[in-house]
Parts: sequence; structure tokens; C-alpha cells
Amino acid sequence: MHDTSSHAVAHHGPPASFIRKHIFSLDHKVIGKQYFGLAFVAVLVGIFLSWLMRLHLGWTNLAIPGLHLLSSNGAPGNLMTPEYYLQLMTMHATIMVFFVLTTAPFAAFGNYFLPIQVGAEDMPFPRFNMMSFWITFLGFIALMSSFFVGDGPTLGGWTQYAPLSAIGQAAGPGEGTGVVLWAISITLFCIGQLLGSLNFITTTLDMRTRGMSLMRMPLSVWAWFITSVMGLTAFAVLMPACILLILDHVAGTSFFVPSNLVINDQLLPHSGGSTLLWQHLFWFFGHPEVYIAIVPGMGIVSHVLITSMRRPLLSHRVMIYSMGALAVLSYMVYGHHMFVSGMNPVSSIAFSFPTLIITIPATIIVLLWLGSLYGSRLRINTASLFALGFISMFISGGVSGFFLAQPSIDILLHGTYFVVGHFHMVMGVAAMFGIFAGTFFWFPKMFGRMMNETLGRIHFWLTFVGTYTIFMPFHYIGLAGNIRRYQAFTPDYMQQFIPVHKFITVAALLTGAAQLIFVYNLIHSRFWGKPAPDNPWEATSLEWSTPSTPPPWNNFGDKMPVVYHDPYQYGVEGSTGDYVMQNSPERIETVRDEA
Amino acid sequence: MAKLFAVTIIVIAILSAIPIVRHTWWTSQDISTHGAPIDEQMSETMAESGILFLASQILLAVFIWKFSRPRPGEKIKSFPGGAMGLVIAAFLLVGTEVLALGAFGAKAWASIYFTPPGANAMPLQVQAGQFAFYFRYPGPDGKFGPLHPDLISEANQNIFGLDTEHDPDSKDDIVTAEMAIPVNREIHLLMHSKDVGHAFFVPELRVHQDFVPGLDLSMHFTATKVGRYEIVCTQLCGLGHYNMRAYLSVFSQEDFDSWLKKQATFQ
Amino acid sequence: MRRQIPFKAILFLPVALVVGIALMLVVSQKSVKAAPPSGGGVTGIVKLDGTPPHQKPIDMSKEPSCAAIHKDHPATTENVVVGSDGGLANVVVYISEGWSGGDVTPSSQPVFDQKGCQYQPHVLGVVVNEHFKVTNSDQTSHNIHPMPKPGGPNHEWNKSQPPGSPPIDAVWPAEEVAIHVKCNIHPWMSGYHVVVKTPYGVSDDKGSFKIENLPPGNYTLTAWQETYGTQTQKVTVAAGKPATATFTFKAK
Repeated sequence: MHDTSSHAVAHHGPPASFIRKHIFSLDHKVIGKQYFGLAFVAVLVGIFLSWLMRLHLGWTNLAIPGLHLLSSNGAPGNLMTPEYYLQLMTMHATIMVFFVLTTAPFAAFGNYFLPIQVGAEDMPFPRFNMMSFWITFLGFIALMSSFFVGDGPTLGGWTQYAPLSAIGQAAGPGEGTGVVLWAISITLFCIGQLLGSLNFITTTLDMRTRGMSLMRMPLSVWAWFITSVMGLTAFAVLMPACILLILDHVAGTSFFVPSNLVINDQLLPHSGGSTLLWQHLFWFFGHPEVYIAIVPGMGIVSHVLITSMRRPLLSHRVMIYSMGALAVLSYMVYGHHMFVSGMNPVSSIAFSFPTLIITIPATIIVLLWLGSLYGSRLRINTASLFALGFISMFISGGVSGFFLAQPSIDILLHGTYFVVGHFHMVMGVAAMFGIFAGTFFWFPKMFGRMMNETLGRIHFWLTFVGTYTIFMPFHYIGLAGNIRRYQAFTPDYMQQFIPVHKFITVAALLTGAAQLIFVYNLIHSRFWGKPAPDNPWEATSLEWSTPSTPPPWNNFGDKMPVVYHDPYQYGVEGSTGDYVMQNSPERIETVRDEA
Repeated sequence: MAKLFAVTIIVIAILSAIPIVRHTWWTSQDISTHGAPIDEQMSETMAESGILFLASQILLAVFIWKFSRPRPGEKIKSFPGGAMGLVIAAFLLVGTEVLALGAFGAKAWASIYFTPPGANAMPLQVQAGQFAFYFRYPGPDGKFGPLHPDLISEANQNIFGLDTEHDPDSKDDIVTAEMAIPVNREIHLLMHSKDVGHAFFVPELRVHQDFVPGLDLSMHFTATKVGRYEIVCTQLCGLGHYNMRAYLSVFSQEDFDSWLKKQATFQ
Repeated sequence: MRRQIPFKAILFLPVALVVGIALMLVVSQKSVKAAPPSGGGVTGIVKLDGTPPHQKPIDMSKEPSCAAIHKDHPATTENVVVGSDGGLANVVVYISEGWSGGDVTPSSQPVFDQKGCQYQPHVLGVVVNEHFKVTNSDQTSHNIHPMPKPGGPNHEWNKSQPPGSPPIDAVWPAEEVAIHVKCNIHPWMSGYHVVVKTPYGVSDDKGSFKIENLPPGNYTLTAWQETYGTQTQKVTVAAGKPATATFTFKAK
């Protein structure tokens, strides 16, 4: 089948210098770790920003020592100003969505494990791969720099609705330089992910080793492959949108700004643009982006869970088709973000049905997990706990989707904390659980050391209970009309929500602090953890058959693996263990549960 | 560990459902003529997704409890019906559920958005701007004067950019910072934004619509209960977003007439 | 014990030095102030001829804490504020020609307060490089958004001030008549900063103004009013004898 691939990849030799080895490395594993490191730094920043926001929402007039240091526009008396809050919120969202939820499960784990899992020596375009990381890194620097220039970062939210984002300084602090930096950052990020997606797709299609047919690829590979197809099309839409936004700022164009707008009693010199154009372009990217964040999690969780359950999923194919269906449908549903945006109300109904229908593949995925759990031989460890937690979170965040899919109900819920609760659970926490599961599962392979299991479990319990405590109440106050993106709750009817916000703040601070256990565990285990065996989880896929742990620069040494089996041969009858590795020449009766 | 986890999932699921079942926090009281189908749709969806939520969480917990301590030598069991059974179940159960929800939801939506305002609907204009709503009543002549964006001056309180010297229709227009409407009278709300995107949301009135700069949109509704409510902005519009609001008074016809007369003297 | 004495002495030296320098500075400051330009100043009155334009009442219902302050006396716009005897308030009269006294040293730090969702004073006169304080006496956040001419030496800024936060210290580096100040959170709030580099006076409720400390000489005065623009007038200040000037703006 692909017997040539193992020879076709001799494109770069072992790294010769320090710089080539650790900084501008062409090795997909190093690049994967670099993405992991970037996501790690980004998530710490993101959590820190959310702490500040939560403190302010609970106790609006609280002075936070040192706050003025973080804002070039000043925090008088260390009190958070309205624009400061919105700037933190925008940065929190942008960092989390782009630099954590996209980079960690997709770019980081995907880079490291996709080539190994398909039995490739590296990706076909290692230089593009290197550029992909460094361009993304530049994007992160551009975003962070907005804290320190002009009057701070943009306050327009991660959606950057025009014309607020397009008319410059007149719209408020950070809406000048801050927006330009934001748009530059996202443009760079898009370029980086386009290069990455290109590599993922070609690796999957062209670099598989002998015997690795498409259906023998692990589900994680399938998830990354599907995600990279989504990434290639979605980021290709966001990038031009961001470039047009930059032009509206620096070149005096009016792509997103209509005529006759008056700000500060002055008529703006724009005319002829469309504000809805930005929303369409943004959400055409934005909804697939939600799946870009969650589908890799589904793949990782399936991969981890199957290993822990000691059995393949009820159906490998159905899982793949369901993830594919999610990807296809994700482009047809984006209008549900715009039900009350002023687009034609007929489109609202047209977008409503695919949004409701997308719950069918999502339900099938959950049922496959549950159905496979039935009768399994579940091993409980931190990785599998997080994988199971992912399922619980995905269910909780998923059912609220039924509400938001319907334009009539959206009248009550649009722009409320219900939406915030929904996407934090399904895309934020669930995806984070996927990242945690992946980290505990693959850390031994990536760093050659085991993570501490006790600390891992303590972290899991605090995070699982903590995140429910934070995000469930969001739904309740959202139902009752608590509007999002408010720095203080001024309307009379929202006064009743303030105690709830205090409760959420305490829960968020504690849950956030619990993440320090993970930080400690990660750093401590990296240097002082127990040395890891080659295959600690008794797993079957190719990443566990590398000649050393961590794998050598060319993954499999001199001899490329040959694949003989379907990916998840657990519960094998009559063999020595209960599993057979994919590259084991042992002849067995394939364990398959397709019905 | 696994049993504790299973119990935790069930406890969380039940605790999560309690405030919903008890309506500790719930949507505000409906004061519109068109809101009943929305509320019905809401309760219907809540019931169905609530059952799904509890059922799947409990199933997850039970399976974790049951299958985490296999006896040695115990073989893997297959779920009755297998994958195909699950797929068919998903299509039948969730498929019919979402189609039903979609169809009834579309009907509720259509009843609001696909019907024209009645001939007797009272016209009322709202302009959103950073960070306040302002309202305009056409006055005795029933006509709105033309808008001149270049004349807008908040310092002069010429919020809409009216030229009362040259436009006869503008002379009797009444501009207010509070919205008042008569009860049981259809309102035809004409919406436009002065600067950026905003939204008009009155939870009790079941009315929610974005302002789109460059587009003139309209809504129509009838309030059925006298009282004082709040209009809030739900579209991030800048630093004062949190404070962009106005009061909505629903008056009896007599109270409304005298309110409007009083407002006319302030112009 | 023995060791501590020289140590203390060493400590004393710099302290003494600092105190000494500080004392000298204070004395030198005083000596500068002690020599005011001799002569008088200009006093006068600004009047409005005709019916003042209707000042619209401001409905502050969106901000209940401010609305409560104005419950008995509804706030109105302040484009033309006329006292009972026809005096026009909030007019800045400054010397536009004839001043040779160099930089004007400010005597006290002016305050631009936000109270009841209005600016007090409505028009703030400051001299170039003079520090002024922006304070918030309200129970709500304001954002202070002065809008100088774009591209000029003064730069637009926009900062919020939550209730209870310390004053914002601000300064304008260049002359500008006048800079419009807005609060976007409360769009009706409107005020002006008039930045001059010469002595000036701002008319009070009765329309009277006073420019002090002028050396004898011939001056051109300019009066600026936010709605009616500027008027100029020449005056002569003799030694020990203040000049008077009357400005009359015509209601349109």
C-alpha cells in the first residue's frame, strides 16, 4: 500500500546544532512540545486574567493591589475601570480560544503524535512546520504587546464586532492600536495554523507506513485529520477578514463601516461598508473553530478511554463518520450566533435546523462512549478520570445547545450568561479535560517520566467539582436574564444576581488555584518523575512501540514499523496480554464490534 | 475511586437540576401577547434536555460504577444492539426530538417575525448610541421629521439630529430618554443605531433585537401588563456597555397620554 | 555603644543636607512669588443680548443615583448659561495679545469635578502645563474623554474613573481654545477645557470676570463662549489702575 513512504521521508538528518535541536527545530516532536509550552504559558495568563475579572464581578469596588501595573491606561486607586474589565475579558477569550484550546489539543499533541501514530518519520514539510510554530508564537507576542502600548488591549470581545472594532480610537480605549495588534496577532495565528493544517493533512494522506490503512488509524489521528481540514477552510476565512479589519484602521477603507455613523457628536468619514459582513465572515470561521477546539478532544478522549476500557469502541467507523459529520455540519450552523443580529429572520430558521441536527452526531458520539463503557474492563487512573470527566462535561455543555439552537428561545437567552455557561462547559472545560487526559496519558512518552498519580487525582477531583460549581450557576442566572460582558450589574433586576456572582468568584478562585497542583505536577514530574517504561498503559498504537522513550529524532530508528492490525486490539482472546500492538506480527482474530 | 466518581456525577447532576425544577431562577414573567409560544418552547426544551441530561449522566455513572472493577477472567461484553442500535436510537430519539423542537420553534419564531405590524400600531422610534437609548414619538402630526446625522449633538440634547427650524415634521417630535407605551396597544418600534452595534432587550416583553449600524430594523409587539421594566443592551458596544439601559413604562392609555403631554413641554 | 555614635552622625549628614536643600528650595520659591507684576488687572462683565436659547432638561433616569441629585431642580443643558441679570456665565476671557510676562505660574491646582453627572465647572480654564485634577464625586463610573483637535500637540484621551477612585492628574501641553470633554457613559455630559498661556478669567453666574496681576500695558482680550464663539477687545492697563471691559454676545 504505502510501502514507499518509509523511504520518502529522509528529508532531514539528525539535528546538528543546539539551535536546530531546541529552537528552530524541524523535528515535529520538538515543535509539538514548543506548542505545548506556548499553550501552557498562555493558559496561565488566561486563568490569571479570569481571576481578576471574577474578583471584579464579585466585588466591583474592590481595589486589587498592583492592578495599575498591568494597564497602560491606568487603574485609578487599583480599582478596575469598565474598559479595563472589557480588555481583560477580550484578552482572556482570545488567549484561551486561540492560544490554548486550538494550540494544545490540536497543534501540540497533533504535532507530536500524529506522525508517530501513522508511522511516519516526520511531517512532509518540516520547515513549514517550524514556521507554523514560530509564526504562531509571533502572533502571541503581538497579542501580549497590546498590554503595553497605546491605551491597552482592545475591549471589543473575541468576536470583535464591527463597527466597534473598525472605527478606531473613537470607539473607546484600545480600539485603535489594540485592535490592530489583535488583528495582526490573529492573522499570524491563522497563517501558522494553515501551515500546520497543511502538514497534518499531507502526513495523514501520504506518509502512513506500510499497512496503516485509513481505517487502521487511531481515532486521535482521525480527529486531528478532520480538525486540520476544518482549520484549512476556517482559518482561510478569518485571515482575510482580519486583514480587511486592519485596512479599515490603517488605510481608511470602509469594509465593515457603513455611512452616517456619529460618535462623540462627530460624523465618521466612512461609508459603504457592512457590519453584518464581519459577523458572517467571523462566524463562518467562529463556529468551525468551536469544533476545532473540541474534536481533537474527542479523539484524544476516545484514544485514552479505549486504552483504559481495554476494548475498542463499539464501532470505529461510526465514530469517524460522526466526527466527520460534525465537521461538515459545523459550517452550516454558524448563523445561530446571529439569530437576533438583524439578518433575515428566514435565515434564522434555515440555520436553526442544521444546528439541531448537529446534535445527532454529537449524541451518537456520546452513546458510543457510553455503550463501549458497558461491559468493559475500565481501569481508573488520572488520564481515564479526565476522559470520563470530559464525557460528563460534554453532556452538560451539550444539552444547553438544544436551547441555543432555537431562534425563538434565543430571544430570551441571546447574550446572557446562559451562553457563557454553555460554551465554557462544552468548549472550555470539556476541551481542557481532553488536554489533561492527553497530558497524563502521553507525558511518559513525551518526557520519559511518569506524572504523579496522587497529585493528578487530587487535581482531577478539585477541577471536576470546581468547574461544575463555577459554570452551572451561569446557566441559572442567564435564564433569569443576566447579560454577559457587563463589568458591573447596574440594571435593577440584575441586583439579585450579585450574590451568585460572589459565590462563582470564590469557586473560580479555588478551582483556579487547584490548577497550580497540575503546574507543580507537570514541572516536578518533568525533572524528577519516575522513569517511564516504553508502554506504561499497555496500549496498542504505534507511539508506544518506538525504540526509546522519548522517541529518537526519526521516531522509529532505522526500521520503520509495519502495521498488521486495527488500532485498538484490546480484549484479545488467547494472547499473552489482553492486547496486541498494531505493529505486532502476531496473528490474531481481529477484535471488532461493528454491528 | 470509581464508585466515588460515579456517586459524584449523580450528585452533581441532581444538584444541578434542583434549581431548574424549583425555578429558583427562571425567566421573567411574560407581559407580551406573543411570548406564550416562546415560554412553551422553553419549558418543552427544558423538560426534554433535562431528561437527556439526567439520563446520560446517570448512565455514565452507573457504567463507571459497574465496569471499573472487573472480576479476573471476565470477558468483555458488548452493548445490546451494538453500535447500529445506538445509531438508530440516536436518530429516532434525538432526531425526532430536534425536528419537533425545530418545527414548533420555527412556528413560534414565524408568529413574531413573519407577521406585519397592524395598521393601528403606534409608531415609536428608538435610537441606540454609546451608551444610552433615546426614543422619539412623532407628536400630534403623526410624522417623524427627517434625521440629519451631521446635526447630532449630545451636548445640545439634539440626540436624533433633528432640524426643527427647517423641517416642519420635526417641530412636534417628542424625544425622551425613557420609553413609555400604552398597555394593550400594538407598538411598531423603528430601530436604528447612531454609532456601533447595540441591542434592545426587554426580558419581560420577550423582545430582543440587535441594532445594526447602517440598517433600519423594526419590531412590533403588544404589552399586556402595566408596570415599569428595563431595557438593556446585550451587544458589546464599548466601555459603557454595562450601563446602557433605559426604563420602559407600560401605562394605561390615560396615563400614557398625560406622560406624553408632559414630555412635550420639555422639548 | 561607642560605635553607634559615629554611625548616627553619618546618618545625620545626608538628612541635614536634604533638609537644607528643601529649605533653600522653599525660600527660593517664595522669593519668586514675592515679586508679582505690579499694576492691576482687568475686571468686567459678559452679557447676553436677547433671549437666551432654551436649555433642554436632561433626563438622567438611566443613572438613578444622578437623577436623585437633580430631583427637585432638573438639570439642563449648559450651552448658554445666563444669570438673572443677563450676565453670561462660563465665558473665558484671556489675553490674546500684548502679554510679555512669560509663562504663567499657576497658584493652585484647578479641579474638574463630576457631580450629579455634570461637570463642575462646566468650563475649566487652565494654563499650558498646569496640572489639574479630575475628580468623581458620584456613585457611578464616569469616563473622561477630552477631544482636542486631531493631529495637534494635545492628545485625545479617554479614561474611566470608578466611584471612590483617587483624582486623575492631567495636564495640557499646548494652548487650545477649547477642548470639548465628554463622558460616553452619560452622553449628556459635556464640558470644556480652555487651555491658554496667558492670564485669564472665567465669568461667574453674574457674568463678571477678573484677570489679575497684569503689568501696565496695552492688551487684546479674547472672550470665548462655547456656543457663540469669540470676541476681542483692546484694553489699557495703567499702573495701579485696573481696566474694565464689557463683552456682549448676541443671542442668535
